[in-house]
This record gives sequence, structure tokens and C-alpha cells, in this order.
Amino acid sequence: MLTPETAQDIEPLLERWLEAEFTRHPVAPLAESIAALPRRQREFALDWVKRTATVNVHVAHMVARHVPAMLAHMDARTVEAWIMQAMDACDRDGLKAALEVLRDPQRFVRLGREHAAGAVFDDIAGILRSFVCGLAGRALRLEQGDATWTDGETLYLPPVVAEMESASDNFQLAKAMVTLLWAQTRFGTFRADVLAHCARFPDPARAQRVFHSLETLRLEACIGRELPGLAREMRRMKVGTPGVLPSGRAGGTPNTAWLDYAVRLAAPASTVEDTLNLLASAYADEPAVPPWQGQLFPERVAELMAARIEREKMLLRVKLDTLLEERQQAPRDGALAPEIALKALESEVMELPRFEMTIDAAPVPIPEDIRQLLTSIQLDLGEIPPEYLQPAGPGEYDPSLIQPEQKDPDEVWKGTYHEEGAMFFPEWDYGRQHYRKNWCVVREKDVAAVDDEFVAGVLRRYAGHARQLRRTFEAMRDADRRDKRQTEGDDVDFDALVESIAEHHAGQEWNDRVLSRLHRSERDIAALFLIDMSGSTQGWINEAERAALILLCEAFEALGDRYAIYGFSGMTRKKCEIFRIKRFDEPYDETVRGRISGVRPQDYTRMGFAIRHATELLLEVEAKTRLLITLSDGKPDDYHDNYRGKYGIEDTRRALLEATRAGIRPFCITLDQEARDYLPHLYGAARYTVVDDVARLPYKVADIYRRLTV
Amino acid sequence: MQDVELISPQLAILDEEPYYHAVGDEVPLFESAWRNRLPVLLKGPTGCGKTRFVEYMAWKLKRPLVTVACHDDLTAADLVGRYLIVGGQTVWMDGPLAAAVRAGAICYLDEVVEARKDTMVVIHPLADSRRVLPIEKRGELVHAPAGFMLVISYNPGYQSVLKELKQSTRQRFVAFEFDYPDAELEAAIVSRETGIGADVAAKLVKFAAMTRNLKGSGLDEGASTRLLVHAGKLIVDGVPPVAACRAAIAQAVTDEPEMLAAVHEMSSSIF
Repeated sequence: MLTPETAQDIEPLLERWLEAEFTRHPVAPLAESIAALPRRQREFALDWVKRTATVNVHVAHMVARHVPAMLAHMDARTVEAWIMQAMDACDRDGLKAALEVLRDPQRFVRLGREHAAGAVFDDIAGILRSFVCGLAGRALRLEQGDATWTDGETLYLPPVVAEMESASDNFQLAKAMVTLLWAQTRFGTFRADVLAHCARFPDPARAQRVFHSLETLRLEACIGRELPGLAREMRRMKVGTPGVLPSGRAGGTPNTAWLDYAVRLAAPASTVEDTLNLLASAYADEPAVPPWQGQLFPERVAELMAARIEREKMLLRVKLDTLLEERQQAPRDGALAPEIALKALESEVMELPRFEMTIDAAPVPIPEDIRQLLTSIQLDLGEIPPEYLQPAGPGEYDPSLIQPEQKDPDEVWKGTYHEEGAMFFPEWDYGRQHYRKNWCVVREKDVAAVDDEFVAGVLRRYAGHARQLRRTFEAMRDADRRDKRQTEGDDVDFDALVESIAEHHAGQEWNDRVLSRLHRSERDIAALFLIDMSGSTQGWINEAERAALILLCEAFEALGDRYAIYGFSGMTRKKCEIFRIKRFDEPYDETVRGRISGVRPQDYTRMGFAIRHATELLLEVEAKTRLLITLSDGKPDDYHDNYRGKYGIEDTRRALLEATRAGIRPFCITLDQEARDYLPHLYGAARYTVVDDVARLPYKVADIYRRLTV
Repeated sequence: MQDVELISPQLAILDEEPYYHAVGDEVPLFESAWRNRLPVLLKGPTGCGKTRFVEYMAWKLKRPLVTVACHDDLTAADLVGRYLIVGGQTVWMDGPLAAAVRAGAICYLDEVVEARKDTMVVIHPLADSRRVLPIEKRGELVHAPAGFMLVISYNPGYQSVLKELKQSTRQRFVAFEFDYPDAELEAAIVSRETGIGADVAAKLVKFAAMTRNLKGSGLDEGASTRLLVHAGKLIVDGVPPVAACRAAIAQAVTDEPEMLAAVHEMSSSIF
């Protein structure tokens, strides 16, 4: 399609997308402002209006209204992040939340510059997550939030960092932000009761801000010692930031008092106590803040910290008990427990102390999980108190403290729309050409095993076929064998050698294919079968599916490939269910046979989440070839949802693309006679089979697998 | 029978002392194992000094050293030996293991789990009190002389279940656990091996610790001491530290672009 040039061309498009007839939003001024944009930006704006219109016309209207003005100030990627943020808000909290984001673009991007090229969270999070993971200390998460702050366990960054001019500077700024937040957890900012201290001042909020600025000075010095390269970058950025002078911090005029604070807090031995001691004298003037200083929420930190301290104390004691048990040093019958002692060795090279543990004075290597706990406790308390080293056996602690409660998937579902304990998967929305994050609420359940005559009946009915299958599959077993007459090998092939010498004597040329080589079995396949358990399989189809599964399992037992069977069904995105029939590590036994027999039709054919989940399961298995075979009776579909039709097909296609990209080979077996209309689009021309006759399904499935893998 | 010159494994004794810094009591322990004719298993991540330790011990005990880097196509025949056909005649050639046994050398099988399972058939009788190497194809049983010692190494860090050492194998060996040396010592080693200043060596070690924190969350293995030595040599040669870290360390531990970027951000933060 050619990009429309004039407002006259754009107006009818907007009218259609924004449903102007019903909403009565005037579109003429919007069309004019879009028409005034240069071509690339005009394309961008129209594309996004069209995409967001598939979500909601009000959202699209706001986009059309703001985008032209925003494009004048920032790069397209930042604007895109803003729109995505609105759509995520719409998915998560509804229309009102989305409009909230859209109404105020300034709040989304705190602009320090004109024409900023922002660092968008989704683009930089991957790199920064690994970066944070590499920094010493407690394992920290990195998430997107409304502001730059930390609760002591998770670091939050805003959706876009755009205070610097170039994208690379904005990335460096984001890196400085996370490093400063890390430094707060690492260098004990939260070890003091900041709230109580600040409460003594006439304006506690102001006291908190001043404390934060002072503490940032101290932490900048710590970063300068630990990460001199980053500190250099930060100094460079400080010079380039308006309002923040390298030498003075108060609004442009160098302030000697603050310079003095900076020098005092830069002493390597200074702690958060020193910061607090300076608070009274610094309270008078509030300085300008450097761009990487986020916000401080001591109350949220304290809340998590109290729970963490309690939990980690218990966890350490339990783990020490397990350690004694493993080392067979656990006290028996009232005997005295062995004495566990810790020594923290200060190191000049590394910033965190290294621990040495002794049990009854004998040195013991510290297991990784205990080492991490010790680090976390050390960060909270500054030491490991002796009572933490008392092992706690079973019965001495409250297990709920250290174990997340196991939730029964069915119970959870009874409390409608309760999402606790579920897995979340994204879903592809072809309209907006983007994923809906955490959209499908997925639970894995066991199929209830049914002990009836079904399995025996199938084996009787298909006895001849089963025997034949077993023979065919046994023949496919790739066994070790000796390849003869090779030019290279590990042994002499004497038949060939004798022949060769004879021929040579007879005057022929010397034949050097006289060695033999052992050929090893290379068949290394894991297959996951995904069975459609939607309501439409009721009756004949369900029975044929179950019979096919039984025969398939019989064949697999002869073949020796690893395989798993899962069923799937969904009713709206809130109830997506995966049914375990056979896991990879389960043997084909009575339980599995009972589960196959117990496969019953459920709800609808929502497919994307099932393929994504199966992909994850397959990736956990070590195998050279990973196959994902879907057995279905129709196209993707769901109840009262826009999943029916193109949306569902595109989501499924996307999920299959993801699987292929991860190195999995998908294949589909279907009973749908119309499948030729859409399956080539989903799987590619050669990656599906239509079984015309339901009655033939049990005969076909194993055979199709055989053809796929020879 | 025709005279042919065959390639034979190097069986020379090292004349120069390899640099090795003992971390614990591994040197006297190894000597004791050798005196008592016990085979040794070295466990530990790649590049932490296992091979160097064996070289050092071979020098110290004045034994020739035969090192075999095991790979997934290495068969028992590759270790023991095979018949070659030369001009219509079969000629036997000892493999490195057989040569080491005959010479009373130290035979070091590096990353032994990589080798095919059938190699265990020849390793087992050498690794228990029998100390013999059966050469099936010649009907020969070679008794190992007192000086012979079998050393194998293995990296327990690999998560693949296929690369685990069987109990029946591992329980024949005296096992030594190796890890990266602690920070001070590692800095001293890097500095000694490359000649860089103590401060740069300390920064390299700090950088390595950051990458080792990523083990299991994106990296299979953090930067080894060996990689630090590589980076140190480049720096001494005038390569800027960040560039040296990128080439010698980041690119060596990962191919994944995002992880490369993260590792690069670490080194640029430190230097």
C-alpha cells in the first residue's frame, strides 16, 4: 500500500480505524497533524494507529493525537515503547490504566533533552540482567517499574531512560542506575533505620531526600573503588548533565559544604552511619541530584528485609543440618552436635569476604547454596551471628517459612480468576504485531487414571497391527555394527586383506580398503506428542486418539526413543490447561495406560500456549533431534474470545516459529478435512498429514512417526 | 619384514620446571599416590591448572609424561594400539597408553568422559591392583612397571548426564578436587605468568569473579585462570585492557550477542 500523502487521504483511513461514526471523535485535525509529518514518521504513526485500533479505538485515538508531537522530541523506538507500555497496561489492568499512560507522555519519558534516543527497558534488560548477576552479592532481579528504585531484592528501572542525548549514553546511564541500586544492597544502605532517623526532622520527606543524596555520594565513592571504569563514565556524564556540576551539587553554584561531605564519605571505611551523622548539618540545603539517583522507599525495603532475615536464618540452619546429615556427622541419640564455626577472610583483591567453614575444627568446603545464603545474610547484618550456625533438624522449624506452599491446580481454579501458582505464557496478537505479555494462565495437571477395559480391548482389537508395529520399530533400532572394508578404522578386516593381497599378487592395483570400523548408534531422538483434548473430540475421535496412543506407546517401547505425551485444552486465556499423560522420565506402566484410558474431551482448542509449554519441556531433554507432534481435529479456536479465526491461527503459527527457532521440529497430524486450507501456513507444506478416516488413526500415527524419523 | 619408522609418543622427561603454585597439600598427596601405585582422578573446571599440575608432578617425579586429550571418537584401539598394513604386511603400533605403560611413564587422559565407553575396558585393569594392560589383538598382557601412573581428569561442571563418570570407574582412583585459586593467589599466578602489574592482575581476577557469578545463568563456565593469563599477555603486549578482555575472555566464554555485551560491560566497568 502506498503511504497516503495528504490529510484528505488520511482522513477516511482514520475514520474507518477509529470508528469515527460511533465514537464521534473528530478525526480531521488528527489527519492534518499526521499528514504534516515527514514520510517515514507518517508511516510509523499510521501503522501504530492501525495496530492499536485492533486493541481499542480509544487507545488508538490517543495514539493518533500524541504521536506526531512526540516524534518531534524523541526517536521512534522510544515512542514505540510508550505505546507498548500502554497496551501492556490495557492487558493487565484494563482500558483506564492504558488511557492513564497515554494521557501523559511526559510522565513516561522524563526528557532531559530534545530529540532524545532513549534506552528502552526491553532492549537493555537482557544485558543489564547479566551484568547485575555478575556483580558480587545477593542474586538480584531486574524488572521494569515506574521509577528507579530497589526493594533490596529486585531492582526497578523505568520503561525508558532518555535523559542523555545518544542511545549509548542512555544505556550507560541505565547501567549506572542499576549499579547504584546494587551498591545500596551491597554497601549496607538499608542496615540503618533510615525512616526513624528522618522522622526526627521537621520535614521527614526532605530529610529522606537529603539522606539519599548524601548516601549517593558515599556509594559513588564505593563504585569508584570497585568499578573504576564505570565511575569514569559517570564522571563524564555528570559533566554533561545540566544543573549538575562536577564540583558542586547545589543548583549550579559550587557548594563547599557538599564538597566537604563528598570527601568525608569517600573514606573506604565509611558506612551508612557516617551518612546519617552528616544528615543534620546537610539538612539545610537540598542539592541537585545526579541523573542516576532514583528514589528511595525505605519502608518497602524494611518489610522485605524483616521477612528475608527470618527466612534465611531458618534456611541456613536447615541446610547446615542437611550438610551434617550428608557428611554423616549428624548427632545420634542426644550426643552433642559437632561444632560449626565460620571465619570470614578479608581479601584485598575481592570486595566481599570469603568464608571458611570448619566442623569440629576440620575445614569443610562450603556448598554453593550455603555460600549464597551466607553472602545474603552478611549483606543484611554485616556479620553471621553465632546462633545462625546451630543446625535445625526436622520438627525444629516451621516448614512454611522455607517452602513455598504447593497449590492444587484445581483448588486455585475454584477461586475464579485467581492466578496464583500458575505459569504465564505470552500470546501473539497479529493485529498489533506484538506479544501480549503474561497473557495465558497455564496450569499443568495429571489426567486422572481410569482403570477400565479400554487398554486391554485396544490391544485385543489391534493385536495383529501391534505385533507388526513392534517388529517394524524394532528394525528401526539403530544398533552398533561393524562397517567393513574401510580405508580408516580401528581393526584389520582380514577378509578384505586376504582378497587385496591375492589381487595384488595377481598384478592388480593394491586396494587399501582393508580396515573395519565400529559404527555406533546415533539415534538420539526425543518426541513429545501433544494431544488435542478439546470438546470437539467427543466420541469417535477421542476413542481413536486413545487407541492410537496405546499403539504408539507399544511401538515406542520396541524402539527405545524417549517420548512424552501431553494433552491440552483451554477456555479463555485464564484457563489454559496442560494435561500430563506421560512425562519423558516416566516409564510406560499401568499408571500411564490408565491415564491414556482416562483422556476425556475438555473445552476448546487454544493452541499457542500448549506449543510454547511443550517447547520448554522438550528443551529440557538432551537429544540431538527434538520432535513436537501435534494430534488435532481442527483449527485453533476458543470460546467467546477473539482467538477464533485469524488471531488463533497467527498465534499458533508464531508459537511454532518459536519452537523451530529453538531447534525443535514440529509436525501435525490432523483429522480436519479442511486442514489443507490453513496447515501449510502453520507448519509448512511438508510438515503435516491429514488422516481422512478417523477409524484409520490408530493405524496411522505410529506409521507417520516411523516415516518422520527413518 | 620391512623396516618402517613409526610415529611414537614423546617419552622424554621434562628438563625445565613447569611453573605451578600449590594451593593445598596436593603435591605430597600425589607423590604418596605415585609411591603406592595408585591411580589419580583430577576433578575441576577447565583452565584451573590440572594439566599444569600433572606436568609439574611429572617433572618432580622425573617420569616421562604422555598426555592424551580425549574426544568423543576416541576408542580403546586409539589408546592401546593397532595393526597397520604396510606393503601387504601387518605391523603393530603401540598406542599412547601402551607406550606409557611399557616406559613406566605417567599417562594423563584429559577429559576422560569425552572418550567412548569402551575405553573403560582398558582403563579399569590398569587402575586397580592388577595394573595390567591387556592388548587383546596381540594376546599380550603388559604389566605396568613401578614408575607407571595413570591420571585422568574430569569436569563435574558439565550438566549433561551423558558426561558423568561411572561409580565403577571413579571408585578406583584417588581423587583430587581442583578449583580456581583464591583471589590473591590467582592474581599472583596471573602476574607471574604474564608479567603484568599486581593492580591489573587484581582487576582481571575481579573480572573473572564477575563472569563466574554468571555460571548457570547464561554461561556454562566462567573465565578460567588460563583465559586470564591469555588476557594478561595481550595487555603486556600493549593491547588496551578492555579490548584484551573482549578478545581473550568474553569471546572465549560465549557466542551469544547479549551475553557478550554483558561481559563487555563488566570489563569496561572494571578497567
